[in-house]
Amino acid sequence: MISLYAKRRFINGFNLAMSLAAMMFGLFWLIWILITLFNAGIGAISPALFTEMTPPPGENGGLLNAIAGSLMMTVVATLIGTPVGILAGIYLAEYGNRGWLAPATRFINDILLSAPSIVIGLFVYAIYVAKVGHFSGWGGAFALSLIVIPVVIRTTENMLKLVPNSLREAAAALGAPQWKVIAQVTIRASRAGILTGILLAIARISGETAPLLFTSLNNQFWSLNMNEPMANLPVVIFQFAMSPYEDWQRLAWGGALLITIAVLGLNILARILFRQKTVN
Amino acid sequence: MFADGQKIKITARSFNFYYGKFHALKNINLEVPEKQVMAFIGPSGCGKSTLLRTFNRMYDLYPGQSTNGELLLDGKSILDKNMDVNLLRSKVGMVFQKPTPFPMSIYENIAFGVRLYERLSRSEMDDRVEWALKKAALWEEVKAKLSQSGLSLSGGQQQRLCIARSVAVKPDVLLLDEPTSALDPISTAKIEELVYELKADYTIVIVTHNMQQAARVSDFTAYMYLGELIEVGKTDMVFTNPKQKATEDYITGKFG
Amino acid sequence: MNLLGLYTSLKIRSMANTINTADLKRQHLFDMLFRNGTRIFAFLVLVLLGGIIVSLIIGSLPSIQKFGLSFLASSEWDPVQENFGALVPIVGTLVTSFIALLIGIPISFGIALYLTELSPKWLKRPLGIAIELLAGIPSIIYGMWGLFIFAPWFGDNIQPWINDNLGTLPLIGEFFQGPPLGIGMLTSGIILAIMVIPFISSVMRDVFEIVPSMLKESAYGLGATTWEVVWNVVLPYTRVGVIGGIMLGLGRALGETMAVTFVIGNAHELNKSLLMPGNSIASALANEFTEAVGDLYTSALIELGLILFFITFVVLSLSKLLLLQLAKQEGKRT
Repeated sequence: MISLYAKRRFINGFNLAMSLAAMMFGLFWLIWILITLFNAGIGAISPALFTEMTPPPGENGGLLNAIAGSLMMTVVATLIGTPVGILAGIYLAEYGNRGWLAPATRFINDILLSAPSIVIGLFVYAIYVAKVGHFSGWGGAFALSLIVIPVVIRTTENMLKLVPNSLREAAAALGAPQWKVIAQVTIRASRAGILTGILLAIARISGETAPLLFTSLNNQFWSLNMNEPMANLPVVIFQFAMSPYEDWQRLAWGGALLITIAVLGLNILARILFRQKTVN
Repeated sequence: MFADGQKIKITARSFNFYYGKFHALKNINLEVPEKQVMAFIGPSGCGKSTLLRTFNRMYDLYPGQSTNGELLLDGKSILDKNMDVNLLRSKVGMVFQKPTPFPMSIYENIAFGVRLYERLSRSEMDDRVEWALKKAALWEEVKAKLSQSGLSLSGGQQQRLCIARSVAVKPDVLLLDEPTSALDPISTAKIEELVYELKADYTIVIVTHNMQQAARVSDFTAYMYLGELIEVGKTDMVFTNPKQKATEDYITGKFG
Repeated sequence: MNLLGLYTSLKIRSMANTINTADLKRQHLFDMLFRNGTRIFAFLVLVLLGGIIVSLIIGSLPSIQKFGLSFLASSEWDPVQENFGALVPIVGTLVTSFIALLIGIPISFGIALYLTELSPKWLKRPLGIAIELLAGIPSIIYGMWGLFIFAPWFGDNIQPWINDNLGTLPLIGEFFQGPPLGIGMLTSGIILAIMVIPFISSVMRDVFEIVPSMLKESAYGLGATTWEVVWNVVLPYTRVGVIGGIMLGLGRALGETMAVTFVIGNAHELNKSLLMPGNSIASALANEFTEAVGDLYTSALIELGLILFFITFVVLSLSKLLLLQLAKQEGKRT
């Protein structure tokens, strides 16, 4: 009896210790990656990084064109993806209790949410880039917007569903038509949550590389023309990091640090925003 | 049914209601007299809230719910396909179990419903908001903070805000679905007082599972059980001399 | 009521009757427009998925016509002779994802267990956030870190040990023999594991947290240890959700591009050893697509994309179905 109990206690203690070890294991990588990133990236951060163009090998330069291109494509992708996502999310949450379309869309949206982003790039290449015959900022922005849409749909629907039905009923009980109930009451009640979703979507696309490889590609020069290939941080990082040139690799680390700070910053901002909302 | 020849506001005749296949209201026959307070009482799940929610077709918001029989407001069918639901609801206001202030300012909470069907100038709207808040006995408490969020009020104040909001659109009927069940006794007393005053202008139907409340505020009482209307009549009659054994058992606390 | 009140009340009564039918009609029109407007966008999502599948199929037609089913079984990848087979990248994708799950599942389970049962209350939130931040780091960062930091370290310190110890084992030994290059299938699998851990562990944590505390308390009440409660009560109770989370992680691992591209080695060779370079579908696409010359080469790559999409579609659909089932069970319980 005693020995059985001792054995059980040992198993318990051992496994719980392993659980603690697993937690440490997870944190260990996070810390290792962040330390590396800061060590290697800080050295590359300089005014030139933000004021000069991507250089040819062996010369000094910065990432200005890549930063500008990334910003532009991110903004355009958000502008395209957000309204689409919000409207579709509204349909799922507010009209989605009858008919076949909503459950089907919900299912497909969840698939798209975790679909490989490189396939999204391939899709935009096939339907847009190949048709116009050249890589372009528009292609990149479209590909990114296809990543924004499912994220925004999912959060919009979830946030609207958190709005208690009694609030909808209360507005309807005053004689408000449904579109007014939605536009003026339920959306308003969930706007912090929806905004959180948009921020998370932006965070997600700021670091995306794969869908840009076949769409915007890269551009060594300054260009804000969305009809031309467009420089962007992730692809520049990819090319520079894979190159044998040390100064390119250094720039890649600088870019990597910038992206990570931006992405984690957006993540944390979204969290704070959402927390404030839920505290209310 | 009502000796004094009152005008009838809402009439139900052989009225049935279904959630999918579940027969929730069975053959309801009822007349709600104008400018009186009628209380629906009965154990939980007896269908009293369901019946209330058919008067403004709130069930329309959800799929799989259906009705048959007749349900009339001022002699016109509520169930008619051509009946404009939004217009119906602007005439039949509703206040819910829990306060449901909209996520906007106190002023906007009131103005929201008014703007739906009327175009008022700024000063007319100010007057209307003040008038509605006074009707709901809330004006003195909030007049200095009309631009604050409706969510900043206490529970009892929020519920009175919801009443003010319903009153502001000038409905004919006010449906109150257990309006005090989430409130403390003082707020409850205030709301009951309010009900008493509002019946001068409105037909009021109140669902409650507090029998003392029914006895205090209502002129007529309907007792429901398992989706059926067991007994309806003047409140003092129902409470002192119920015709049905079931009603008596419920009221005396033998059951429910 | 005072006089002003009476006056406003009268005025209001007269105005309330002026609701006009044009207004009502307009409201109905708006209602209809709004409903159908949002419906179109919801429909657009379906069209999008359809579009992706159709465009990938059209793009792969030349390759499908040329190679047929043998595309799946051939390990040839010869752009010069235009002879292509998908076996190497398919195997690479599956093997790296399998390694990722093999490492990721127990670690994620440990993390979820720690976060729900062991962690002091004040640490729960920061730790949870830290793990979720790990999920937020862009995959290209994992790739760079893997290439510059992890792979050299792994090659210098761990791979020789693997060679000496695991490589000599019977049966599985040959999986672990090879030069300590640092990069390769095993390295990719490990980095993928680090990437999927936050996904799997946060789903596990979420489902563990919905276990009714009464259920756990009644097991504790019988004298069970924490481990026994988690293993015998919590895990069976949440198994559908746990499997759903694992599938989600698997979906992520299968489609991951950048982290793998940096460290897998991009070799179109079939090797038994996990220490050797290989290729995955996503990294083959990332490396070769923009440089592919000729329709057949491009088409073969697109067909690779189609295969990848198909695999992840199946995995994600399964996970979604499992989670739906979980939701149904919960519905029954309440």
